[in-house]
This record gives sequence, structure tokens and C-alpha cells, in this order.
Amino acid sequence: MTTQRILIIGATSAMAEHCARTWADRAAADTLALILVGRDLSRLDRVAADLHVRAPKVRVESIVSDFAKPEAIRATIDAIHAQGRIDVALIAHGLLPDQAQCQQDLTACAEALEVNGLSPVLFAEAIAGHMEKASHGTLAIIGSVAGDRGRKSNYVYGAAKGLVSRYAQGLQHRLASTQVKVVLIKPGPTDTPMTAHLKGAAKLTPVSDVAITIVKAIDAGKATVYAPGKWLIIMHIIRHIPAFIFNKINI
Amino acid sequence: MQAISSWGRLSAFPHEVISLSSPQQARRAITEHHPGIAHGMGRSYGDICLNPQGVLWNTLGLDHLIAFDEASGRLICEAGVVLRDIQHLMIPRGWILPVTPGTQLITVGGAIANDVHGKNHHVLGAFGDHILSLRLQRTDGRVIDCGPDLAPQWFAATVGGMGLTGVILQAEIQLRRVAGPWLDTEIVPYANLDEFFTLADESEAGWEHTVSWIDCICKGGGRGLFMRGNPCAETRPAPHAGHLGMPFVPPISLVNPLSLRPFNTAYFNLKKWQAGRSITHYEPFFYPLDNIQNWNRMYGPRGFFQYQSVVPRSNGREAVQAMLGEISRSGEGSFLAVLKTFGNRQAVGMMSFPQPGVTLALDFPNKGERTLKLFERLDAIVREAGGHLYLAKDARQPAELFRAGYPRLDEFLQYRDPGISSALSRRLMDY
Repeated sequence: MTTQRILIIGATSAMAEHCARTWADRAAADTLALILVGRDLSRLDRVAADLHVRAPKVRVESIVSDFAKPEAIRATIDAIHAQGRIDVALIAHGLLPDQAQCQQDLTACAEALEVNGLSPVLFAEAIAGHMEKASHGTLAIIGSVAGDRGRKSNYVYGAAKGLVSRYAQGLQHRLASTQVKVVLIKPGPTDTPMTAHLKGAAKLTPVSDVAITIVKAIDAGKATVYAPGKWLIIMHIIRHIPAFIFNKINI
Repeated sequence: MQAISSWGRLSAFPHEVISLSSPQQARRAITEHHPGIAHGMGRSYGDICLNPQGVLWNTLGLDHLIAFDEASGRLICEAGVVLRDIQHLMIPRGWILPVTPGTQLITVGGAIANDVHGKNHHVLGAFGDHILSLRLQRTDGRVIDCGPDLAPQWFAATVGGMGLTGVILQAEIQLRRVAGPWLDTEIVPYANLDEFFTLADESEAGWEHTVSWIDCICKGGGRGLFMRGNPCAETRPAPHAGHLGMPFVPPISLVNPLSLRPFNTAYFNLKKWQAGRSITHYEPFFYPLDNIQNWNRMYGPRGFFQYQSVVPRSNGREAVQAMLGEISRSGEGSFLAVLKTFGNRQAVGMMSFPQPGVTLALDFPNKGERTLKLFERLDAIVREAGGHLYLAKDARQPAELFRAGYPRLDEFLQYRDPGISSALSRRLMDY
């Protein structure tokens, strides 16, 4: 049996890590290679060691990359593809900025837009070229329910995630005639270190549940998936609330 | 601020919860935000894991496995790893945690800090007996590595040390070989405490796991079901796990004088009828309540206490009989009542709960003053017998009983981290 190669960008994020654990758990012997890309080698090593204990037969490789520079992103992705084709790529990095700070400090605002919007799109674009050429692979990108409609409490983050949504839509259109699948995942508020300061404000979904939804969506090659599924309905309603009402709601 | 309860649901005070997500970030969080106390799954019953109006360091993000040696069974992992994850991962590979308590939904750090015990104490001791080393983060920034052979005093203070000697970041655990997930088990009904002790003594040599359910209400208490088991090499497929749960908190405790007696009688007679040998999966045998999510809600909005004592064997029979008498007279209590003998072993930790003798654990719905008065009468029996109470379960014992029951307290206090404080430590140790 051939080895499945899964590439994870932003592999130290809790969501990505739980997807990796799900993949590692179900992998039969010697049939899976995980390529972890992150910014910090020591944090990548922590994730890689954990996966190695869980599934000693799974090959795990850690790669450090700059996430802001287009040429560095291109070089990282080209080098990975030079080793062989990728079956699944998951782009998972992100950072939940403080909205108030983004309004005061344009540097923080720019950083939030870059990390959550620009950088994932650049990675996706670099990977999509290789997948299109091979006419093979599933490219999954983590968006957010926050990208469905801008609201005052986190619209900078929402705008970046909205960019990812629109980008994924276009990429799906471009690759529709190929074998390449593009999966956009929109998690609701999830219990991860990124949302640690929100706890108590709302019931957050366990990250392991969201990871299972993501892995299933990738298996099925679905175009858009909300995680958990109830957010499809919630966001459908939120998107359709008329502005004159929406603008009076405090969310 | 976030309302946090422990498993007994006796209080829900606001806490400043700080999630620890990596060892580096944990170091910053602990040195910059204290006094606080580490909090994992929140399965201890009383106030040992609480710090009302103060800081809780949530350790569940420290959930990484670090290394495993397939040949020796040594596992190094972070302190927030949940025991269930270790069991699920390792049992199919032929290794098992040597000691686990009645729930596997607790963290490694919590298991060490409470030096938890299981049904096999007479064979394998407590959780701390299988820790080869651990790493402590102190609030002054210092990191201390300790183990039975390395800084043994720090180790003895930390095992069973209530999380007060530092935040446990990681530990190395010696796992144990196991053939599979099945046990050869037997249920033997007993009519009174004498029969219980006879069964316990004759089972010590031939059975690795022993425990008993005791009817705390019938005729002064004393009848029950003795359960024993040994690992076996059965290879049938795992049973389908049930998913029951208490979806809401009932307005009154479902455990009350009206329900208790009929339930106990029905349970005793059903099991008496089913008594004998069978092959049982480890999960229902070790962790019978883990499949009923939020079972602690059944005691209603006021929550519940668990009263767990250990008394020496020499006067254990009389002390247990006296406690059952008090409970039966009061009409309080619950069907969750466990009686078990401990092995004749010295505990690893200065403040560890297990000691040679017999331990009785009972749940009590919280009825305020009435329940507390009953506990005072039980305290008197425990004090008289030279026993002590389990700190992982305690929410109310007086400091004087605690000091009398834990003679190594003064030695332990030298190892406390001044930046760590819990509701329990303030109640029993001044800060």
C-alpha cells in the first residue's frame, strides 16, 4: 500500500494538532506520513514527539517556515512537493486578535489580517499550483463562522476569514474540472488556547470534536463544512438578519 | 472570571482561569499570576482544586505525550494528559496504567497530587508508587526534577501533596504489561462485616483487584457485594460503550430517603442473583460511572459530599460498624458506598491517603447542617480509631482532625510553594 502524505500548515495550532492525532490514530502501519509546518521548531517538536508516541509507525517530519514572506512560503511548499505529491493539505494557522486593540493600533490590525487572511491564502495558492499540475489532492482551509458576516466585536478577524472564504470559493471554481478538491471549514467558537480568554462567555465546542468533523469533511471532499454542523443554521439566520435590525444587536 | 465547581458541586465561585498551553507558556503564567492552584479535570469532590476569587491554572492544554519506550513500558507525558487517553492508547499495545482510581477522567497531575489508589492497592500500592520522576514548576521560576532516587524529599512531598509544592508539568510513569482489556471477575454477596473481612483476607493472595459495594442503610448496614478480579487473556471484541447522561440538574436530589432503601434492596438482590464468575471489560469494572456523563448532577442543586476515611485494621471492624450505625440511624447516605481493605504498605507521599487498614467511602446529598452534624459524629469515630480522611474528597473536615490524621504535616509544610494556595489549604493549613 502506498503511503498517504498529509501536509499540515500551522501544525502547532490546537485544531491542526487534533486533526493530526485523528489521522495518526486511524493509520494502519507504515501508510501515513505527516509533514508539519510551523514557525517555531521547539513547538513543532513537541507536537511531533506526541504523534510519535501515539503512532510510532507514522512518519512525522517538522519543517520551519516564515509565514509572512511570499518567497519563503513558495520555497517551503516547492521543497515539500519535490519530495513527492501531497494527498491532503490542511491550512490551519490563525490568531484571534483583540478587536479593540486592532482599532487603536494599525500594526496589530495589519498583523491580524496577514496571519488570518493573507498568509493562509498564499500557502493555499502555492499548494494549489502543485495539486492542479498533479490533478490530485485535497486542499482544506480553516475559515471561520466569523467570516460570514462582519460584526463589531471581531470584524478584523472576520474580514480576514471572509477573505479566506471568498478565496476558497474562487479556487473551487478554478479547480472544478480537475480531481483536486478544495474544502473550506468554518468552525464555530472552539475550546482552544486561541479562545482561552473567552471561556465562560459561551459554551465552546471541544477541539477534538471539531477535528473529527474536519477529518470527515476532508475524507468526503465537501466544499464547505461548518463545525459543528449547527453553525450552518445559525449563520444562515445571522447572514439574513436585515441590517437595520442587525446593527441594533449587541453581538 | 468564571464560575468553577468541583465534582461535589457544593459551590460555584468565580475564578480567574488561566489555561496552560505549553511548558514555556506555563512557566510564564505561573510565575506572573499567583497565588493560584493547578486544576485539571475538576474531579476531586471538595475544595482541593478550588481557589475562589483567585487564579486557577488549567492544565488540560498540557496534554502531550513526550516519549514511550516500548521495551520497558516507561511513558513520559505532560501533566494534563487524561488517564483514559493513556489507557485507550496503551492497552491495545500491551501496557496499562498499574493503578487507576474509580474514574479514568482525571489528569496525570491530579493523580499524583492526590496519590490516588485503585482496587489493587494490596498488590501495587498507589499511583505514586509507579512514578519514576516528575517535574515541578515553582512560582518563583525554579524548576525541580524529582523522583524516588532524585531529590526524594521533594518527591515524597509532591506525591499526595495536593498540588501545593509546585505545578506538576510532566511525569515519567512505569506502565505494566497486560494481556488485554478483559478481567476474570467474581461477585460474592456478603451478609455482614465479618464476612466482608473474611472475603477480603482470603482474596488478597489470589486476586489483584478487590472492592465491595456496601448497603449503608439496611439493618444497621453491613451487607454488600464483594467484587474481585484478575487480568486475563480473553480476546473477545470490546463491548459497545453506553452514552448515558444526566442532561440537567433535578430540582431535588434523586438520592433521598424515599429512593435509597428500595434502590439498595433491589440492587443487592439483583446482583446476588447475578453473583458468580464472569469475564468483564476493564472499563465497566474499574470505572462504572464514567459512562454516565454528569452523574454528579443527580444529587440536585445543592450538590453532595463524599466522606472517605481509612482506619487501621486493628480496630477497623468496630469503627466501620460504628460509622454504618450512625449513617443508618440518620437515614442519610447514598447507594454509592464502597468498602475496601488497603494492603500493608507504606505510602510514597508524606500526605498520601492510603494506609494499612480499611477504607469506607460514601456519598451524601448536601442537606446543610444535618449532613454536617452527621459528619461530626463520623469524625469522632475516625479520630478515635486513629484514621484520617481523604483530602481529594474533603470539603469540610476540621483542621484539628486533619492535623491528627496526617502526622507528617510539619515535614510537608517545608516544601510548600508560597505562591500556591487553594481553598483546602487555607481551610486546613492557614494559607
